[in-house]
Amino acid sequence: MSAGGHGRAVIVVTLCVAMLLVILPMPEWARPFRPPWVTLVLVYWVIALPHCVGVASGFAAGIVLDVLTGTLLGQHALGLSVVAFIAIQLHQRIRVFPFWQQSLGILALLIVEHLFGLWITGATRGIAPPLEYWAGPLLGALLWPWVFVTLRKTRRHFKVS
Amino acid sequence: MVAVILSLTLLLLDHRFHHLQQLRSALTFVTYPLHYLADLPFTASRWFSETTSSRERLLESNRELRTENLRLRADLQKYQSLEAENMRLRDLLDSSFKVGDRVLVAELSSVDLDPYKQQVIINKGAISGVFEGQPVLDANAVMGQVTNVTPLTSTVLLITDTSHALPVQVLRNGLRTIALGTGRIDALKLPYLPTNSDIREGDMLVTSGLGGKFPPGYPVATVNRIDRSPDAPFSNIIAQPSAHLDRSREVLLVWTVPSQPAGDGVADDLPGDTAAGDGSADAAGAAGPAAAPPTATGAEPGA
Repeated sequence: MSAGGHGRAVIVVTLCVAMLLVILPMPEWARPFRPPWVTLVLVYWVIALPHCVGVASGFAAGIVLDVLTGTLLGQHALGLSVVAFIAIQLHQRIRVFPFWQQSLGILALLIVEHLFGLWITGATRGIAPPLEYWAGPLLGALLWPWVFVTLRKTRRHFKVS
Repeated sequence: MVAVILSLTLLLLDHRFHHLQQLRSALTFVTYPLHYLADLPFTASRWFSETTSSRERLLESNRELRTENLRLRADLQKYQSLEAENMRLRDLLDSSFKVGDRVLVAELSSVDLDPYKQQVIINKGAISGVFEGQPVLDANAVMGQVTNVTPLTSTVLLITDTSHALPVQVLRNGLRTIALGTGRIDALKLPYLPTNSDIREGDMLVTSGLGGKFPPGYPVATVNRIDRSPDAPFSNIIAQPSAHLDRSREVLLVWTVPSQPAGDGVADDLPGDTAAGDGSADAAGAAGPAAAPPTATGAEPGA
């Protein structure tokens, strides 16, 4: 079970760091290649503590992300809720996968999330993002092992379980 | 599933009805620390380079600024006499004109937003009197307008965003049209000009003041490509924004101050919204081309 307020604080802080990474300025050419940090961190917590972090947390994180990045309210919330839902369904399987298989699973999750983003941008603004849009999920999947190890260390260090 | 329905409802409300401005403003205020943190390294490095810059460099930049100030003051004298002349001519024509813009300098926050939406965040908010729909300029031209205000920051939608449309006119001949954003930082499109309209590459576009949001006469963009195909009713025109949308660090927020308290000044303000819709629209139409020649004479000696 979650270690009360202490464990929750750790989760919130890691999510905040991920959001900071999302809005940290990058050169113009590198902006489409920004990995989806918040999704990665959220998926980690869902897999690690499915009884504690779930669809509602995904929704809340998504709303905050929408406000932070100035997208339509609900765009990231929708994507992250769906991702959290799928991750909850699959968490027992993903946990026992080796890293490379986990990365493949994460890739699928990230693609689903980006697909929602694509649909919403297409439906509301009538523009299709360039091909670089899909670099986000690929980079995210490549980064997954490091995110996973870092967050697991953090979790064990603060004894959140 | 509840979350999905809730998200979709929020999306719909935000997109279609714009009911969520209050909620968004409140939430933006809550997330202000994150924005502040992301911006912090850049503010700090700038502060550091300012405090450690050498005496020689400061003296040099001071000298440069002094020279520039002198030059600008000379330009301003010319401009003031032209403005006085313009006002006098307008008095003769019995048409009113809004002059006297109050400006406030704001700084962009070094924060990346959604890469597929052209927006920036500035460090002035409701406390400084910023309001929704306020025009934002940089030193060269129009940048965009304020879309969301919180007490300490505001979000600016750039003119190149796909959801932005700006009433403009060609400086050379007063031809009026609308400039739409393309989603690319270096291009605006003018889709509503017939193939035979008088527009050339290199033409300067300025705000026309119609629509009532932007003050008239500010530079917007330069036409840099025209594709006229004989079988299409409208030509395909691309213009490049004159503002340094991707480089400016300082921006100007503009308040338009009506110079004359006379009633007709207010009527001209919102051509479409007044009861005498046709009459005032005509008046505004007449004011459009008339506004161009004096501005042109003002611009040519400088160029």
